Amino acid sequence: MNKGTLSRAARGLWVPLLIVALWQGAAVAGWLNPQILPSPWQVLQRWYAYLMPMEAYDPAQGSYAKWLVSGELIHDAIGTLYRVIVGFLVGAVLALPLGLLMGASKRVYGWFNPLIQVLRPIPPIAFIPLSILWFGLGNAPAIFLIALGAFFPVLMNTIAGVRQVDSIYLRAARNLGAGQSTLFVKVILPAATPYIFSGARIGVGTAFIVVIVSEMIAVNNGLGFRILEAREYFWSDKIIAGMLTIGILGLAIDTAMNALNNHLLRWHRGLEH
Amino acid sequence: MTAQIKVEHVSKVFKTPGDDVVALRDINLEIPRGQFVCLLGPSGCGKSTLLNAVAGFSLPSSGRIMVDGATITDTGPDRGMVFQEYALFPWMTVAQNIAFGLKIKNAPKAQIDAKVAELLETLKLTEFRDRYPKDLSGGMRQRVAIARILALDSPIMLMDEPFGALDALTRRSLQDELLKIWEEHKKTILFVTHSIEESIYLADRIIVLTYRPGTVKRDVLVDIPRPRDPSAAGFNALKRELAELVMEEQQRHQQAELRGLTTD
Ligand SMILES: Nc1ncnc2c1ncn2[C@@H]1O[C@H](COP(=O)(O)OP(=O)(O)OP(=O)(O)O)[C@@H](O)[C@H]1O
Ligand SMILES: [Mg+2]
Repeated sequence: MNKGTLSRAARGLWVPLLIVALWQGAAVAGWLNPQILPSPWQVLQRWYAYLMPMEAYDPAQGSYAKWLVSGELIHDAIGTLYRVIVGFLVGAVLALPLGLLMGASKRVYGWFNPLIQVLRPIPPIAFIPLSILWFGLGNAPAIFLIALGAFFPVLMNTIAGVRQVDSIYLRAARNLGAGQSTLFVKVILPAATPYIFSGARIGVGTAFIVVIVSEMIAVNNGLGFRILEAREYFWSDKIIAGMLTIGILGLAIDTAMNALNNHLLRWHRGLEH
Repeated sequence: MTAQIKVEHVSKVFKTPGDDVVALRDINLEIPRGQFVCLLGPSGCGKSTLLNAVAGFSLPSSGRIMVDGATITDTGPDRGMVFQEYALFPWMTVAQNIAFGLKIKNAPKAQIDAKVAELLETLKLTEFRDRYPKDLSGGMRQRVAIARILALDSPIMLMDEPFGALDALTRRSLQDELLKIWEEHKKTILFVTHSIEESIYLADRIIVLTYRPGTVKRDVLVDIPRPRDPSAAGFNALKRELAELVMEEQQRHQQAELRGLTTD
């Protein structure tokens, strides 16, 4: 990191710091009911308690590192992340081949399009009752909902990506001796990746929204579950700590996706700097 | 010696919602192995249509095109094409682009590597081997496109205004490189251009097409020894002669457009 980015980061810290200071000031002055809006300091303490292990370190139970990550927050974050990743992968792995086929063949498109047009506008949240009927409680309905949320963005973008492949690449490849399958794997698929990737990014975003909602309903761990549980005990400090954790995790996922995107699409014109 | 490429009574009609466009009518050509042929004519006279028919991208409406005695039904690596728009695969590096044709033929890796290294050297691309096309200049992109078809050792090279988008200096140096490659590898080249000077600088033979329908207006052999000097008297005499022919067709083109405007 050089001086420029450091000072830019510092500039971006002013506003949040000011808000936190005002908030803390208001709490110290006694203007806020701590049940409704706890002070930032209280949130921070609760956040730390949420992060750290509940029992003291005991060498007989295992290594120090293992103890350090045995806190509730870490467990919740891992649970949430696991559902996002598995659900997203299930959705994307189903959407990708279907999208490739629908984009490449008018016939296949004609078969599936009407069904998709009807299902796509239904928010994944609306599938909650059915998913519980079908899968009961636990990870299965949550993963089903997340996969559903990731499926459509990846599907639609894959179709669009295949359709916009410039025919000159197809002609060049056929001229160089490419057969149908080579054309698909070595030309159409890579040429469509910028679109597929932006679909994947939207899909991960949707998956992250759906995971929080589905954790509030179907499972008993994860960040979504934890903030709903905290509400039952009127732990507003823990609710806010949980929400901030959700924000940071979401930011981390998007940053990781972006880095992967920039690496895999380093050939792409749109990324010229 | 029998012709390598035979174009027999080839016509091409494009069906459009308005009326049909007769892009080519009754073209007959015999091109012997190793000849450098330029197709010359104003915009819209059917040069690309004829080249695409030989490439096998779009077959003639009637007549046939034969290469080494076999009628063309599809495109293939025996007729390597260099497009005006480069058509390099942007997701592949320079080296990967050049290797593409060999790779899909499942050539042994050592052979591919050796061939790619050799071509990078020939076309002065070695230091750019791991770059992506977006980072290359127009001239370098066209070098990669040429290397890509040389990798497959296509006996025939088809080129559709390959240097049209380049500046004059880059253009001349690529023309010289192409001539060197052509002489060394004994290729048959069918080269589309609308630059009269380019056609005289390069070709053994220049075929001037008429505008709509596209027919052969003149078939000229260029017997000026190479390297050709564009300021020499013989070069200029031929240039004047061809300019007159092309201008006639250009005027028919403009008149056709004017008629189109008044009847619309
Ligand atoms: N797919 C098509 N559908 C309808 N008309 C077409 C099609 N392709 C070409 N034409 C018409 O056929 C004629 C010949 O086109 P062609 O592209 O071969 O010309 P050209 O000599 O290559 O011109 P240019 O120098 O502009 O590239 C033109 O009048 C064009 O409008
Ligand atoms: Mg053309």
